[in-house]
Amino acid sequence: MEPVLTFTDRGIFCPAGNFFIDPWRPVDRALITHGHSDHARGGHGQYLATDVAMPVMRHRLGAIRGDTIRFGEARRINDATVSFHPAGHLPGSAQIRVEVGGEVWVVSGDYKTEADGLCEPFEPVRCHAFISECTFGLPVFNWRPQAEVMADVNAWWAANAAEGRTSILGAYSLGKAQRLLANVDASIGPILTHGAVEATNRVLRGQGIRLPETHWAGPDVGASTHPGALVIAPPSALNSAWAARFKGASQAFASGWMALRGVRRRRGLAQGFVMSDHADWQGLNDAIRATGAEKVFVTHGYTQVFRRWLAEQGYDAGIVETQYEGDEADEPDVELLE
Amino acid sequence: MIRFFALFDALDRTTRTTAKVAALADYFRDAAEEDRVWTIALLSGRRPKRAVNSTELRTWAAEVAGIPLWLFEEAYPVVGDLAETISLVLPPAARREDRPLAAWITDLIALTGQPADIRRAAILDAWDRLDTGERFLYNKLITGGFRMGVSQGLMVRALSQATGVEETELAHRLMGDWQPRNTSWDSLIRSNDPAAAGARPYPFALASPLDDPEALGSVADWQAEWKWDGIRGQIIRRAGAFALWSRGEELITDRFPEFATLADFLPEGTVIDGEVLAWGDARPLPFASLQKRIGRLNVTKALLKDAPAHLLAYDLLEQDGQDLRALPLSDRRARLEAMLAALPAAAPIGTSPTIAFSDWAGLAAIRAKAREEQAEGLMLKRLSSSYHIGRKRGDWWKWKLDPFTVECVMLYAQSGSGRRANLFTDFTFAVRDGDALVPFTKAYSGLTDAEFNEITRWVRRHTLEKFGPVRRVPPELVFEIAFEGIQASTRHKSGIALRFPRMVRWRRDKPAEEIDTLDSLKELLAMHG
Repeated sequence: MEPVLTFTDRGIFCPAGNFFIDPWRPVDRALITHGHSDHARGGHGQYLATDVAMPVMRHRLGAIRGDTIRFGEARRINDATVSFHPAGHLPGSAQIRVEVGGEVWVVSGDYKTEADGLCEPFEPVRCHAFISECTFGLPVFNWRPQAEVMADVNAWWAANAAEGRTSILGAYSLGKAQRLLANVDASIGPILTHGAVEATNRVLRGQGIRLPETHWAGPDVGASTHPGALVIAPPSALNSAWAARFKGASQAFASGWMALRGVRRRRGLAQGFVMSDHADWQGLNDAIRATGAEKVFVTHGYTQVFRRWLAEQGYDAGIVETQYEGDEADEPDVELLE
Repeated sequence: MIRFFALFDALDRTTRTTAKVAALADYFRDAAEEDRVWTIALLSGRRPKRAVNSTELRTWAAEVAGIPLWLFEEAYPVVGDLAETISLVLPPAARREDRPLAAWITDLIALTGQPADIRRAAILDAWDRLDTGERFLYNKLITGGFRMGVSQGLMVRALSQATGVEETELAHRLMGDWQPRNTSWDSLIRSNDPAAAGARPYPFALASPLDDPEALGSVADWQAEWKWDGIRGQIIRRAGAFALWSRGEELITDRFPEFATLADFLPEGTVIDGEVLAWGDARPLPFASLQKRIGRLNVTKALLKDAPAHLLAYDLLEQDGQDLRALPLSDRRARLEAMLAALPAAAPIGTSPTIAFSDWAGLAAIRAKAREEQAEGLMLKRLSSSYHIGRKRGDWWKWKLDPFTVECVMLYAQSGSGRRANLFTDFTFAVRDGDALVPFTKAYSGLTDAEFNEITRWVRRHTLEKFGPVRRVPPELVFEIAFEGIQASTRHKSGIALRFPRMVRWRRDKPAEEIDTLDSLKELLAMHG
């Protein structure tokens, strides 16, 4: 019997359903886990994503032909039945469950197991085979609870604001930026956003997601117009000409990679907040166990190491070579791409 | 440990000198006195004797974390630091408490030489009482390599701010081999007891690199001498004390027993700055000869005969117990020459000769012959200069010869550590020998971060084989390597060893077919080895 999913040079393919999941080359029919650019690419004939994820995809990819699906809703595509389940990575992000003749495979997409107060919390899905990301698949990555990290963010911002300094916080413009906005103590001061973040905010607000008030940091906005502000900007804006308008600002970066002192120092950042939208070591292991799967394939991240670890834990474990990079790996730190 | 971690964290978060000094000064004001002394010791490269080796630390950390050792070893190069890797894999502390830095260190010292089970229990206990950041520092106490981005000079400035004692005075008091475990804050910083000076050296005056001597103005203001390629050292002869210190503040008196006679020849209350060289036929031997003496605690008769040590004196820092450092160089030099002229000819010491010159172009011609003199280049010192502390631009310059260079191809790449973890920065290079490629050196510095980033991407895509952290790559990337010297080596397959190899250029324009050959290096060896 043919496997439920196969791995091709265009992406993960379901022969029974004749569709791809998060393909990286143009295909007729693509099921998309979430809107990050390494998963949702342009040029496919037809898209299927959750109703929560689709607006951002349309915003980013322009006029695409596609359909939406609600979490938990089962849909027949040729000889396969598919359903989408919360991945907890960003609003609308999904794991995709594919069932063919009683055999169930799940593609995790990117996921995190801690509820973040913004997106639909991760739900484990029972399956026979699980295709899991492992961006942070090493035992040195162990996240602290979000409430503790946010307390640090608030304290950092408040201390800077008390000195009249701007706080620039680098965060991926889709997902991490809104997660921070949804959890930060907005009473500390005004919140400014880089254009890329504000555009995403607009889309998410338009679909009913509540975020605190933010102001686009246009050309006339700077340290003098909004003293003590928090500025949310994509990581590439840190230490850039764009950031220079906030003279004397304290700059920080919110990312799982900030767990490593070497990475933080290489970026020349005074402050790093260890906050990721990917599962940590424990989260990966818990999530995989909760699926009940015997067969596990690992994708982007420390795949070789993590596969060996899973094999030692008794799983039938393999590696899928994909071109996903994980949103945090989009950062200019090449060493994070591995 | 909480206060010490706060200091570390403050230093780690900034690259601004003023902020670092302020954080340190605060610490020297409000931390416990014993902790301050240990912090000074750690920041000046002193650390407790190693109680636990790194294999034990890895094994125990993996056990506590509930992971196999191979997994720990895979994570280590990603983090790039053993102490940090351990701190990250361990479960959260169950019994966190705040004990002084000095107490943790005292416990560590007491562990030295204990059976493994006792040491293991103590380390595991400590890990369970410290949080992640504190654990990192605790592990650093064991593994060493405590770098907090603070130079000795910055530390002294902060100490001076906190105590009101002059920087120069403090720098001097911190020299020598005082032991933090039996030194109090008062005796180290506050007291001004001349008897405590004993065999304490002065802080060395250092020179800055020079590109163009024309900028120095009139030649009449300057003294030129050879920049010798040996061990910079300070000879101290005081009442009841005789010592030879290296520039790294290491006491090397016993490594060079031939200098013992100077204890009789030199007048009491004398301190001389000079260069220790291996000596033959009234001139320096190549550095390779001196190298046989370095790190050799057991000095055999044969070694003393093959590579006898000699001190070429640069400067007189103390005479009749008086500190001369504030006098002009010309004055100190005259006193030095007079003092050494009175010594018997057989004494293993002489003044480093000054070089007469009338214009900068003439001096440049002399510099070009430095290798024939076994020198690295020239030193230029302003005749009116005092003997300053550390590196102070303006009065002392080193005008080194241009290095040798060789073009070669990368064979292996290895990731770096610390700030360079995950980046491929350590490369092994080969030259051509007929159709074969012969590896002959490693180098890991000299390129920009952007270049290392690009090469890292290339290495990832072109890996042929992996051996742990090392990747074999196709011999395609060509680099220009600079080095200061070359010598024969039986330990290297190529038969040669380079001094201070570093990358100066990534030669994207050169194909691997055009790199240098082993023969060209052997010719260089025949001429300069």
